[in-house]
Amino acid sequence: MDLYEYQGKQYFARFGIPTSPGGVADTVDEAVAQADVAGYPVVVKAQVKVGGRGKAGGIQLAADADEVRRHAETILGMDIKGHVVHRVWIERSSDIAREYYASFTLDRSAKKHLCMVSAKGGVDIEEVAATDPGAIARLHIDPVDGLDEATAASLVAEAGLDEEAREQAAQLLVLLYACYVEGDCDLAEINPLILTTDGRVHALDAKVTLDDNATFRHPEWAEFAGTETLDDRELLAKEKGLNYIGLSGSVGIIANGAGLAMSTLDVVNQVGGTAANFLDIGGGANADVMAAALEVINTDEAVRSIFVNIFGGITRCDEVAKGIVEALERVDLRSPIVLRLDGTNAPEGRQILAGHVSDRLVVEETMLGAARRAVTLAGGAK
Amino acid sequence: MSIFVDEKTRVVVQGLTGSQGRFHGLRNRDYGTQVVAGVTPGKGGTDVDGTPVFDSCAEAVAATGADASFVVVPPKGAPEAIIDAAAAGISFIVCITEGIPAQDEALFYNRLRRDFPDTRLLGPNCPGVISPGKCNIGITSGDIALAGGPVGIVSRSGTLTYQALHELSQQGVGQTTCVGIGGDPVPGTNFIDCLAAFEADPDTLAVMMIGEIGGAEEERAAQFIAEHLSKPVVAYVAGVTAPAGRKMGHAGAIISGSQGTAQAKMEALAAAGVVVANNPTEAGERMVEIVRKLG
Repeated sequence: MDLYEYQGKQYFARFGIPTSPGGVADTVDEAVAQADVAGYPVVVKAQVKVGGRGKAGGIQLAADADEVRRHAETILGMDIKGHVVHRVWIERSSDIAREYYASFTLDRSAKKHLCMVSAKGGVDIEEVAATDPGAIARLHIDPVDGLDEATAASLVAEAGLDEEAREQAAQLLVLLYACYVEGDCDLAEINPLILTTDGRVHALDAKVTLDDNATFRHPEWAEFAGTETLDDRELLAKEKGLNYIGLSGSVGIIANGAGLAMSTLDVVNQVGGTAANFLDIGGGANADVMAAALEVINTDEAVRSIFVNIFGGITRCDEVAKGIVEALERVDLRSPIVLRLDGTNAPEGRQILAGHVSDRLVVEETMLGAARRAVTLAGGAK
Repeated sequence: MSIFVDEKTRVVVQGLTGSQGRFHGLRNRDYGTQVVAGVTPGKGGTDVDGTPVFDSCAEAVAATGADASFVVVPPKGAPEAIIDAAAAGISFIVCITEGIPAQDEALFYNRLRRDFPDTRLLGPNCPGVISPGKCNIGITSGDIALAGGPVGIVSRSGTLTYQALHELSQQGVGQTTCVGIGGDPVPGTNFIDCLAAFEADPDTLAVMMIGEIGGAEEERAAQFIAEHLSKPVVAYVAGVTAPAGRKMGHAGAIISGSQGTAQAKMEALAAAGVVVANNPTEAGERMVEIVRKLG
């Protein structure tokens, strides 16, 4: 789960990472009230989960309440790369002397944590990595060892941070590492990390991605729920515990396992069709999950046929079959189902379905055959 | 021959008393796998359908001589179970658990490497390993595999592993061993480990590799194949049509920037001399052609 900047800063604050004082606002009046608390001049920042806010005019400096009012009016409701701004973050403006970069993420190739620090912050770090790779100091951290302040200190020195910023930056890195590990982040990034004209180092931005798999040990993450940018169907799928991504085609896809689901999309595409979605019902899905998946897809009016592609491992085909039968009884499905069923308990599954096969429920032997059938039922190849 | 597991492998199922552990553990046993013990802390002294249950892997190993473990434990308890198995001297651990936090995975991966360098972990979030006719550890349905070789399979995706087995078995082409390495960010065993083992196995004559979007493991495997593999390889990479920036179910399956696209992986593999197929069925057909030519 990606956090908004304001959520990321609040998350940082839990771990003692210094940020600018500020608050969120959903209306112009709230924005002015927050600015009054933070103290002028303030920065009004659009809260969207997409880069390039500044260039789009989503970040504005305001010297007084009138300017806050004017900027908040413009920014709230603004469309930034398809993301409508519903909330702004108001914080005290900082006098910036230097802009740095710091982040922690997992390096999957090295199978260790990777810390990156650069004295060239404030800009697109991928651009820096491409044009001036030497400007980024990198350190692999073995999670068994962790990160101590001495190691952090030599890293910030290697990165060429200004002398007066080094001690604070090293301390901040240790805190950010704790946030990244104990806070179960996939990514904890500060860009820019600033040195102010009065010699303080703090986070001016926050980019945090939380690891959804760790939700079970973070009850406090509940406050972030409901602020995700999901459409209605994605929300419904999430409520049902399904892994759903909406696309724009006409063949609804349900498969078990991410790999098979991706492959199903590919095969539908190869035989001339277009997928309406990605939907992985996961391992061990039962009848309820299957029925819920069909319900979710049924709300998509662009769907003309539904391709259910199951290869049972931990998922048992008899359970899948029961779910389909249940869904046929419970939901008024607008589109025909093309089913392909193999693997664990497949014969039992086919037997359960035997009495229900019709022009609304077609069973195909192979994945490719089922894809062709589903595309035909959806109106033929594009 | 086969790689990693065979008819002599003695398996302890961690979590045998749970519903998933019981279903898959007993199914592995029915397949002919030597499932010699179960482990569930607090349930030592009981049994599951005649297979004795112990409180710890150390006790199970002492009593039964188990040398492999099958971890069927929920995400919260899986890291501890894996370390328990390694500390007991078990040399091959299969963890099918889905949903383990990445921080935990990174920690136990590095702890294993440091403290138990002779232990191989397969997974987490993988379907397991099957050497058809000899040993099946994991959640793969045994009846879709065909004994006798000559193809070795390595796959990052669970259900596509089954699909690959199915495509070959349907055509009467058997497998030496099929390894599902799993789609998580820190897999214990990777493509290269399996490719090297297949290269060393005299009975494996060709290798089928199933990859997916995200990361750079397929690209690294391509380089390894170019430098070290004398045997023919057929590959399929899932996710050609996947949109960038969205997690496709596996924590690993995400395209960020221009990295990790299916197209880039397919090109790297083709450049390494691998036969690259556009879908699992085609991969099966290409492999059948190769095996028929090998005689």
